[in-house]
Formats: sequence, C-alpha cells, structure tokens
Amino acid sequence: MERDDIIEYSLDAHHSEEAGKAIRKKILNVTILLTLITALEVIVGAKWGRASTSGVTWQMIKYGYIVLTLIKAAYIVLVFMHLGDERKSMKYVILVPYILFILFLIFIALMEALAVGHAWATYGS
Amino acid sequence: MAGHATQQIDSSSLWGGKVSPFSTSYGKLMMWFFLVSDALTFGGLLIAYGYTRHDAQDAWPIGEETFNSMPFLGHGFPLLYVALMTFILIVSSVTMVLAVEAGHRMDKRGVVKWMIATIIGGFFFVGSQAWEWYHFIHGSEFGKVELADGSQAIVKGHFGEIENFKVTFAGKHHKKGDVITEDLMHQYQHAVVAGDIENGVITLHDGSKATINKKADAHFEMIIKKDGSKNKVGDKLKGDRACKQYYEVINSGVSNKVIYGANLKQNEYGPQQYAQFFFFITGFHGFHVFSGVMINIIICLGAVAGTYHKRGHYEMVEKTGLYWHFVDLVWVFVFTFFYLV
Repeated sequence: MERDDIIEYSLDAHHSEEAGKAIRKKILNVTILLTLITALEVIVGAKWGRASTSGVTWQMIKYGYIVLTLIKAAYIVLVFMHLGDERKSMKYVILVPYILFILFLIFIALMEALAVGHAWATYGS
Repeated sequence: MAGHATQQIDSSSLWGGKVSPFSTSYGKLMMWFFLVSDALTFGGLLIAYGYTRHDAQDAWPIGEETFNSMPFLGHGFPLLYVALMTFILIVSSVTMVLAVEAGHRMDKRGVVKWMIATIIGGFFFVGSQAWEWYHFIHGSEFGKVELADGSQAIVKGHFGEIENFKVTFAGKHHKKGDVITEDLMHQYQHAVVAGDIENGVITLHDGSKATINKKADAHFEMIIKKDGSKNKVGDKLKGDRACKQYYEVINSGVSNKVIYGANLKQNEYGPQQYAQFFFFITGFHGFHVFSGVMINIIICLGAVAGTYHKRGHYEMVEKTGLYWHFVDLVWVFVFTFFYLV
C-alpha cells in the first residue's frame, strides 16, 4: 500500500552524473590523504619508533600519532560515512554524547591506572 | 548531496511533527545509533587496554619489534605487513563509498562492481589477520629468554637453520647413528622449553639422545625487557658474548627458561595481559570484518537481483556502507594503539 504521509528521504540522496564526478574526485583526494598519513605513520614507526627514541621526542611522536589518527577518523566519518552532509542537529546527536563520554572515560581510567601502577611500584610484592 | 538535509527548513516545522527532524530515513538513523553503541564497546575495550598498559609494572611490548615479519620473506620488516593490511582496509572502504555513489546515480552495474571489489578486500583483510594471529601465536625462532641474572630478554637476528639431529644414544624409535631431518624446529623448541638440551645434546621424545647440527646465528642481539641483578630494561647485548649467554641458557638443561610465541597462559612479547587484549580486541574487530563481508555479500546479491533498483533507491547499500566504514574506523584506532604507540 502506498502511503503519502511518509516522506521518502532515501530518494533525496540521488544525484546527477556531474555531481557524481565531483564526489568521486573528493573520494580520490581523501583516499590519497589517508594512504599518505598511513605511510607516514609506518615510516616514522619503523625509523623513530619507541624502540629507538625516548623522552620528549617519543612523547611528541606519540601525540603526533594520536593527532594523525583523529584526522584519519574525521575524514572517514565526515566524508566516507557522509556525516558531514547530514543536518547539523544529527551530527551533534551522534558525535557530542560519544565524545564527551569517551573523553571522560579516558581521563578517569588512565588517571586511576597511573595511581594503581604507582601503588604497586611503591608497596607491591 | 542534494535533498532535504541541505534544505533550509525553519526549525518549528522541522520539529513540529510529520517530518524527520534529521531529514534522514528511519533505517539510516537506526544504523547510526547502532554504530554509536558499537563504538562505545570498542572505546571501552581500548580504554581497558590503556588502563592495563598504564598500571603495568613490566616493559610493554614495542610494535615495531613484535610485528616485523612478512609472509615468505621472514623477519626484518617492521610494521610493513600491518601497514599493508591497513591499506587494504582503507581501499575496501573507498570501493564501498564508490558503490554508494554509484547507487545514488541508480547505476546498478557500478554498485555490483564496487561491492564485489569491497568483498574481495574484506576477505584479504580477514586472511591477513589470520596470518598475523598464526605468527603471533607461534612467535619468533629465538623466543624470550630468562638469563642467568634473572633478567628477561627478547632476541633479534637471523636464526641459523638447524640442519639435522645425529643420534648418539638409541631410544625407542631411533638407532645410534640415525640422522633426523624432519620436524626439527618443533622438536628443538619443545626440548628447549622442557629443559631437554644439555651441552648441545638433545633428548628426544623417545628417550634417544642426539647432537644438534645448527648453522651459526647472524646479527644476534638481545634486548632486555625485565630487570635482573645485572641487566636493566632497555639494555642491548650484541655479538658473541650475548650469543654465548643465550646458548648457556639453552644448554643449561633447566626447563621453562624460554618462551616461544603467545597464548592465554604465557607470551614471549611482554606482560601477559598484552596477549589477552591483542586476541580479544583484534579478534572482536576481525569478527566485525567477517560479519561485514557476509552482509556485503547479501546486499551485493540483492543488487544483482535488482531488488534495490525496483525499490527506486539503493539505501541498503548506503546502510551496509556505514557499517563497513565503521569497521575501517575502528581499525584506524586499533592500528594506532596496538602497533604504533
């Protein structure tokens, strides 16, 4: 039975040949970017990884890795998963609660872990 | 992308009922909600891994030391194989987004073509992960060794091939003078763990004793992973003296001084929890990839049959695409926290 009270949002996603060309170009650019970031990460890991660096240098490389990972994640979510093309309210409903919860969990778990590790090192076995 | 999501609609009519305030279909929204919950699961697992790592007392394994093998090529390729796996997964994510794009143009042939490419990429990734596990479980040829001063070290270098065992004392199955050439590595490692090697003489399962003919190792290097009374974490012992120390342990006849590979009870790479988390998180992710491949196959068959073409839109491809990209997204984080950092 055909229902006329439901809007078929799925049809809105359709686009023309020309629009498709532009989208494919964007996909290609993102692919190249993701590949380059991965290659960079691996080269740095093999040459200046935790085995061969330490101290401040390693700390900077470590946080560099995390930043690169977040960049990759952002491109995958916003371009490949098309979240960037959705309504702003939907973007926030998906991302904000998740990010807040995960940041809190990272903070509380790692703080606790450091304290526990310290306790073991001081009073342990 | 055109359509409702980019249209200016004032918020009172958007939130006043009768329309979706997000201008998204029910199915797609539910897929997003599922992905958020799944992302929380993976987030929880990775944070648990971080917790264990931060409170660990022993040196945590280093990615480029632990994962440095390539199929058919042996050792000495730090992170290269996992980089290849990552690249395969990224490419299969790209072919998936191309399938979605083809769907938006109602290009059935394009959808099927790119879906098949995605499925092939998915199978490649699952196969690579199986190889990675196999290698992780079997471990290196040298294993992790506990030295005389109580310190523990992993060993890098080229393991000289074992050529044969020459029987010097007859047992149940072998006569004196027999030359054994089969299953050498397995018997050798088993004997090392059991403490059945003394001064170059191995005692085999059947009670026979044999001398080991083995080529010399090359580029021998030990890296200390646990403090002993002499060696400290991070020390690197190289050359003949290190080699001599290693073989003193091998030839000591004492059991459980060397660990090969990883399982749920012990592992050669570092703290025990490392192997547990590796198996659980990469296993859970691999299961997601496997499920994703299966779902992709079903949707691909639907596209071939023309189900979605008749429906007038390829939103099913878009929804499986969301799941598939999510699997790629999780891998980006697993890759960073297990292999790089």
